Amino acid sequence: MIPAAFDYIRAHSPDEAFSHLQQHGGDARVLAGGQSLIPAMRFRLARPAVLVDINGLADLGRLELGRTALAIGAIARDSAIERAPWIGETRWSLLHDVSRVVADPVVRQMGTVVGSLCHNDPSGDWTAVALAARAAVVVRGRQGTRTVPIDDFLVDSFTTAVGEGEMALAVHFPVPGDRTAGSYQKVERKVGDFATAAAAVQVTLDGKGAIKEAGIALSAAGPCAVRVTEAEQALVGQKPTADVIRAAADAASKRSEPQADLRGSVEYKKNLAGVLVARGLRQALARLGVQA
Amino acid sequence: MKVTITVNGTPYTRDVEPRTLLAYFLREHCGLTGTHVGCDTSSCGCCVAVLDGQTAVKTCTMFAVQADGHEILTVEGLAAGGALHPIQQAFSDQHGLHCGYCTPGMMLTTVALLKHTPAPTEAQIREGLAGNLCRCTGYNNIVKAVQQAADVLRQPAAATK
Repeated sequence: MIPAAFDYIRAHSPDEAFSHLQQHGGDARVLAGGQSLIPAMRFRLARPAVLVDINGLADLGRLELGRTALAIGAIARDSAIERAPWIGETRWSLLHDVSRVVADPVVRQMGTVVGSLCHNDPSGDWTAVALAARAAVVVRGRQGTRTVPIDDFLVDSFTTAVGEGEMALAVHFPVPGDRTAGSYQKVERKVGDFATAAAAVQVTLDGKGAIKEAGIALSAAGPCAVRVTEAEQALVGQKPTADVIRAAADAASKRSEPQADLRGSVEYKKNLAGVLVARGLRQALARLGVQA
Repeated sequence: MKVTITVNGTPYTRDVEPRTLLAYFLREHCGLTGTHVGCDTSSCGCCVAVLDGQTAVKTCTMFAVQADGHEILTVEGLAAGGALHPIQQAFSDQHGLHCGYCTPGMMLTTVALLKHTPAPTEAQIREGLAGNLCRCTGYNNIVKAVQQAADVLRQPAAATK
């Protein structure tokens, strides 16, 4: 299982990387962590003629926590999130959870957050998390740099808003408000396997204890990670109670459109999606000191 | 493409195809067969080496050209001056290997784990090694070996290792 031959270009600046991508268009792929791309090339599921390696671009490896957003650069590794000094704060609990369950701990030392989003695997972890947290991806194109909301970024299985000759530079996660917590719930047969089902949950409470904002998304629930708008609507404006959680969970089960495989039947996975949303909501609320 | 990769302190300059994976560069171009290939699809961790002193990488899922100009540590680089590295000594003392196939990957993952987490709990060791499979299922003794290595490496006398 050796990949098809390709030309390798090591970029020394983002400008240089971009100009190579513009020159080679659809024949070229960006090489960041490579933890999805290289296996895909080995199985000959991907045969790019040119790889543009951006691993030398240290500026793209930063995590920058600003006043309104956390910017995660294109080569920032999953392990950098796992080890970030602020990752233990309640408001970042969704990122805390996911950063410990992506792939396995060795793969996380190379794999990148932005690369995972760009790969857009139907069972990816970061895609569902980005939906629940309402992230946005910074994409450089011929007309300049644009910021694409995650809902528009994730187009279809393995397809994103990054066009030929373009590159994603960073993902921005909004800094959650006070009284925000999240949870990432994933069931997998073993470490490193694709999720059987997974749910990303983030909630913000107002001063009176009602749910002010909610983000609910599923992975391994269809061709692409999906936001469960009906679950979010069931939550926002409500006091968090068992009934409200059950309504959100039911909406998630209904919205899930999984495929049957060795990990489980459609019926099982749809049920599991709801169970995981309920578990995630209870854990997020518990992190805010609320039992529901 | 001509690449120069420093493996265990020795620079190796070789002409490779870009598609040459680092695992095969180490084994076939450098003759360093201590890096094992198990699943060849980044699942098992037998091929783990350490990049630039702190990052554990599955060398079946990295191209050799990516490591051009970088430093790689493999199992052959652990022992020094005829003495086993504390991690190797711990695997020996604690019977942390049965057939030995996964052992190089286990030990190199441990190098990076202890770099970032010098005093790991048992849970942290088990989580940190979750990307390395032992088909003899000798995990309990592997965990004990990592715990011993962590204890030894934290002692001031071992600080030079």
